[in-house]
Amino acid sequence: MKKISNLKFEHKQKENHQIIYYMNTQSILNPVNLMPLAARVPRVTSKLNWKDKLGAVKVRLAINRYGYMVNPGLYAIGNPSRTSDVFVTSNYKLTFDVVRKNLAGFNAWILVLDTKGINVWCAAGKGTFGTVELVKRINETSLKDIVSHQKLILPQLGAVGVAAHKVKEQTGFTVTYGPVRAQDIRPYVENGYKATPTMRRVEFPWFERLKLVPVEIVLSYKYLLAALMLLIGLSGFHAGGYSLSVLSEKWVSVFANVIVAFLTGTLLAPLLLPYLPFRSFSAKGLSVGIVVTAILFAFNLLGINYLENISWVLIFTSMSSFLSMNFTGASTYTSLSGVLKEMKIGIPIQAAGAIAGLVLFTVSRFFN
Amino acid sequence: MKKLVYLKDVVTLQLDKEKCIACGMCTKVCPHEVFEITNRKAEIVNRDQCMECGACAKNCASEALSVKTGVGCAAGIIKGVLKGTEPTCSCSGSSACC
Repeated sequence: MKKISNLKFEHKQKENHQIIYYMNTQSILNPVNLMPLAARVPRVTSKLNWKDKLGAVKVRLAINRYGYMVNPGLYAIGNPSRTSDVFVTSNYKLTFDVVRKNLAGFNAWILVLDTKGINVWCAAGKGTFGTVELVKRINETSLKDIVSHQKLILPQLGAVGVAAHKVKEQTGFTVTYGPVRAQDIRPYVENGYKATPTMRRVEFPWFERLKLVPVEIVLSYKYLLAALMLLIGLSGFHAGGYSLSVLSEKWVSVFANVIVAFLTGTLLAPLLLPYLPFRSFSAKGLSVGIVVTAILFAFNLLGINYLENISWVLIFTSMSSFLSMNFTGASTYTSLSGVLKEMKIGIPIQAAGAIAGLVLFTVSRFFN
Repeated sequence: MKKLVYLKDVVTLQLDKEKCIACGMCTKVCPHEVFEITNRKAEIVNRDQCMECGACAKNCASEALSVKTGVGCAAGIIKGVLKGTEPTCSCSGSSACC
């Protein structure tokens, strides 16, 4: 009785991931406390409803990205027993949804760690999906009284934060690293709990890259605004001085060029990533920037005179190079050492290019 | 798809073969197939594929592996410099990471 009263199973779920039933067990007098532990675990379905899907779209657009979470703790899917598998995941709702969707037809337990609404890989990097939190969660949920085995299946990328041998030492539970992607859980289980090399490998296919573009655009809008304001402001200069009527005449083409430069760095470079020359992202961004300015030039869309054309090449390529470099964070294969190295070379060149471009752009206005 | 490889010879990954007991954990946790076990020892076979995530070192019970970990994220590094902290990523929550 004492043991049960110590438990705090408060799955007060404001949100909507379809808990079929849950029980609040705050009161010791509550008859629920006399039920077996396992029966008190909240149950979730593997079906995603429209709210789940809308939520996924919203976080992709960086709306409420950090508030999209589920309560940490143990959940049941299907009708799990004492011998059912335990899958561990993060409390980022997008991740939790992908996991439960891929557990359709399974009778299993899902142990959700408190990662502050961050996905497994990033949370493992920060240490919130880590040994300490996992051990704490195993103890808090009395997992050893709910399952008779001592095996946990973790997403492989959780290994960045979890030390399997330490979890074993501290709880007796053996950590098994499953596949990287939840989509591979079923084939992994069917393969006798063995991950194939493909399940272990992290790639960065074009659709993954495309999915990250909206967030990248939202996070970089401040650079876009700054470039637009600066260049449109400067476009009011002309041989006779400064006038707003000149600005109102010129701003559309300036606006268009800046937008194209922005999209070259945030959309085109990520999509063409494997096909662009060079390994560093800033050089990839520079190369695609040169190609796009060349195309604009060929269609006579770049500038109105020789100086302005050069200024656009400089501004355009600095922007696309810088923005592509920012995509290193979204990518799944760049190292800190590598990014530091490319920034040391890239940022001074990008800054010099942008400043030279702005000066030339201003000067070019006086030769109209 | 063409394999994406980042910069050459930059990573801080170190393997002390003396300590290695060939448990194979590093080959399981590495997302980029950096390691292979040959002749009862781990070996770094794809060094430039390493992204310094640190999963191998973290799960190496015999402490044969070491790597300076961190986020390979330019925006995070800029943020770190501006705020005077370690590089922190703003985490774009890919569904690939679960």
